[in-house]
Amino acid sequence: MATATDAAVDTADHGHATSTGISNTKLAMWAFLGSECLLFGGLISTYLLYKTRRGPGPDNTVIPTDVFDIPFTSVSSFVLLMSSLTMVLALSAITRGDNPATRAWLLTTSMLGAIFIGGQVYEFTSFLREGVGYTHNPASSAFYTLTGFHGVHVSLGIVMLMSLFVASKQGKLRQEHSETVEIVGLYWHFVDVVWIFIFTVIYLIPVD
Amino acid sequence: MAVTEDPLALTTGEAATVERPLGVLTRPQGGNGWRDWLSTVDHKKIGIMYGVAAMFFFIVGGIEALLIRVQLAAPNGSVLSADIYNQVFTMHGVTMIFLFIMPLAAAFANYLIPLQIGARDVAFPRLNALSFWVWIGGAIFLNSSWIVGGGGADCGWFCYSPNSGLAFSPSHGVDFYAIGLLITGIASLVSAANLIVTVLNMRAPGMTLFRMPVLTWMLLVTQFLLLFALPVITVALFLLLFDRLFGAQFFNPEMGADPLLWQHLFWIFGHPEVYIIILPSFGIISEIIPTFSRKPIFGYSFMVFSGIAIGFMGFGVWAHHMFVSGIGPLSVWAFSMSTMFIAVPTGVKILNWLATMWGGKLRFTTAMLFAVGAVAMFTIGGLSGVTHALAPADTQQTDTYYIVAHFHYVIFGGGVLGLMGGMYFWWPKFFGHMLNETWGKLHFWTILIGFNLTFGPMHVLGLQGMSRRIDTYSPGFGFEFWNLVATIGAFVIALSVLFFFFNVWKSRRDAPNLPPPGPDPWDARSLEWMVPSPTPEHNFDEVPVIESDDEWWHRKYGYDENRNVVRIATVEEAAQDGSATGVHLPAPSFWPLVLAAGLPLIGYGLIFNLWLCVVGGLLTGIGIYAWALEPVDDPDADHGHDHDHDDHHDDHHDDEEAPVTAGDEEA
Repeated sequence: MATATDAAVDTADHGHATSTGISNTKLAMWAFLGSECLLFGGLISTYLLYKTRRGPGPDNTVIPTDVFDIPFTSVSSFVLLMSSLTMVLALSAITRGDNPATRAWLLTTSMLGAIFIGGQVYEFTSFLREGVGYTHNPASSAFYTLTGFHGVHVSLGIVMLMSLFVASKQGKLRQEHSETVEIVGLYWHFVDVVWIFIFTVIYLIPVD
Repeated sequence: MAVTEDPLALTTGEAATVERPLGVLTRPQGGNGWRDWLSTVDHKKIGIMYGVAAMFFFIVGGIEALLIRVQLAAPNGSVLSADIYNQVFTMHGVTMIFLFIMPLAAAFANYLIPLQIGARDVAFPRLNALSFWVWIGGAIFLNSSWIVGGGGADCGWFCYSPNSGLAFSPSHGVDFYAIGLLITGIASLVSAANLIVTVLNMRAPGMTLFRMPVLTWMLLVTQFLLLFALPVITVALFLLLFDRLFGAQFFNPEMGADPLLWQHLFWIFGHPEVYIIILPSFGIISEIIPTFSRKPIFGYSFMVFSGIAIGFMGFGVWAHHMFVSGIGPLSVWAFSMSTMFIAVPTGVKILNWLATMWGGKLRFTTAMLFAVGAVAMFTIGGLSGVTHALAPADTQQTDTYYIVAHFHYVIFGGGVLGLMGGMYFWWPKFFGHMLNETWGKLHFWTILIGFNLTFGPMHVLGLQGMSRRIDTYSPGFGFEFWNLVATIGAFVIALSVLFFFFNVWKSRRDAPNLPPPGPDPWDARSLEWMVPSPTPEHNFDEVPVIESDDEWWHRKYGYDENRNVVRIATVEEAAQDGSATGVHLPAPSFWPLVLAAGLPLIGYGLIFNLWLCVVGGLLTGIGIYAWALEPVDDPDADHGHDHDHDDHHDDHHDDEEAPVTAGDEEA
């Protein structure tokens, strides 16, 4: 049995009516996402506290805000946000029972996510070249940790999407499993929404 | 694995067709082999494993406590070096909080929540097993720092930065602390999500939220606190770990970092943690007192809403731990107010317990003694807690033994005594025999006396100015007498714990010669008492339909025309006999254990050798992959429903013929 469809039936209610009418898996995903809000809340707070903290010496005074390439990050943010659209289209396709379209949109979503991750890798390396090392000062530590945690979340999302893709290829992800796609979609949308906050906090709010 | 010898094999494809009676299986100690324990997904077995492991770590933490008290018994103590002393008091706190009280509460939560809401299991049985194994892996990892890490963490259980940084704590103890707590945090998070979904989604017909027993309510609030508080300490621990392992600059003041960041993150988790510890005990007390007062709980909705209020307000009081850290007068004012306010819902609970007992027909069994003792001790701790809300007083009390006295009255007096009462109360349900009442009462009185001897004098010591966390003191400050008393008290507590374990052994030995307790030995009120003791594997023969609060009590008692309580059914008439056949249950699985085993290896790898990380990562990956490919159940499983239901064939089961079960693959 496939990864993703398995998640949908690994519940004791077996798709039967639940007290709330929401399936166990979906409710668990909501609970998990509620918890994730606090995780990112802690990381964003840390970044806000440290965003202007330069180190004392001459070698470690460059902070991420000095070297931002906002147009570049805006484009990669746009790519990530578009992936939420393709995610919705994947869900729509599977609810219609259109398996080839489902696979196409799942793959597109993964690719958009991968492009975003690629952009992040490029950004990290170019920042490093410009002298913003992870260990240089609190601001850069906070920047890399916050965006890095988000990147890990996107990567995990890509793994989930590709598992769905493989399951669909094997014929194990069909119309009746649309909720599995919906639940992975919840996670994916959450990661996108968090990026809106992170992008705003890091790149758009000017430092004095 | 031989399927036919496996009690849980009745749930597998082959055996289910045989339709063997499930009721003849005795659980959980009826000759089950270790494989069944390692692969079980039964919430009751998992609950018992949590309980046993928690009691083991209670002994570990208790030995650490005795070492502390021996060191402080007389001035200029030299039993422990200052360095070892730091490690011992740190690990005492960490062990007692994360490896004893929380898992002991988890034992009750796992065992009792499904029974109290009329469900056959938790929402995600395999995730439940995963929580346990991840937790035990983290617990072993944490304590292995004594052996392979060059000693335990030495920065206090809250590991304030920059004390916990490499500059002041260069040994691996803090790495073990951070990674160990991250691992146990994963366990708690998974468990919290699982139990929240269980309570919200798996209730029996008619079991509305406001008919749930207060214990289930308090445990639900606890799980929400875990869900929202744990990620914050997860962030803090990651930052600390990145500082130590990768040279990040989160807590290094020389690089412009802010030492208060750790304190804020820690206490945003840490104060809700206090309620994570105390609320399960409040729930247990709320079950015991009505039962032994022969009255319904007074003000049920007040009990529920005060618990919810405590849950919310628990997130708004963290900075009262930081009044002396220079957070500014406005913050101090705000957190003083919120800290005083949170005493209100707590006081509501205490008054409701008193009102429940008022005019009741009280039976002072051991469980009742522990519950009443917990209320009394918690009241003392709560009152000294309110004195910390006054910032000027707090400034004097901070980091003295007054604080140590306060939180031991709250956590030990309120939390541990309540949980102990819970053990006496539910022991027949867990194991099918009662605990001896005489030894139980001896246990209670020695622990109560020992507790007050140990922690009562600490109020005095604190007000005299004795600091916390000092490894010794000089004679002549007036500390000698009360320290000696406290040390004697600690050994009285140790004696009481020995009484408890003796009682466990004796009761188990005597059980065959005593009448079995039956489903409902205490004439109790909630649903778990309508099923046989110990609970059959399938919980309920038939899922009960709930028509009132205290449903089980109302099935036994009604009212005559003068509104007098009359018995309408005996326990035997009203209870289920546990002999249902053909109830399908989820198949056992080894993969949670495999997945969990990888996490400590990753932890060791981060500290010692990255290759271990690879091995651990592979193990975890294999666990996840195999878990995903393993059939959840046999295709005919209709878990949670009676066998005569025939509407359970979900479409997505049709394509998977699963003659091979998890256990078979493993063997």
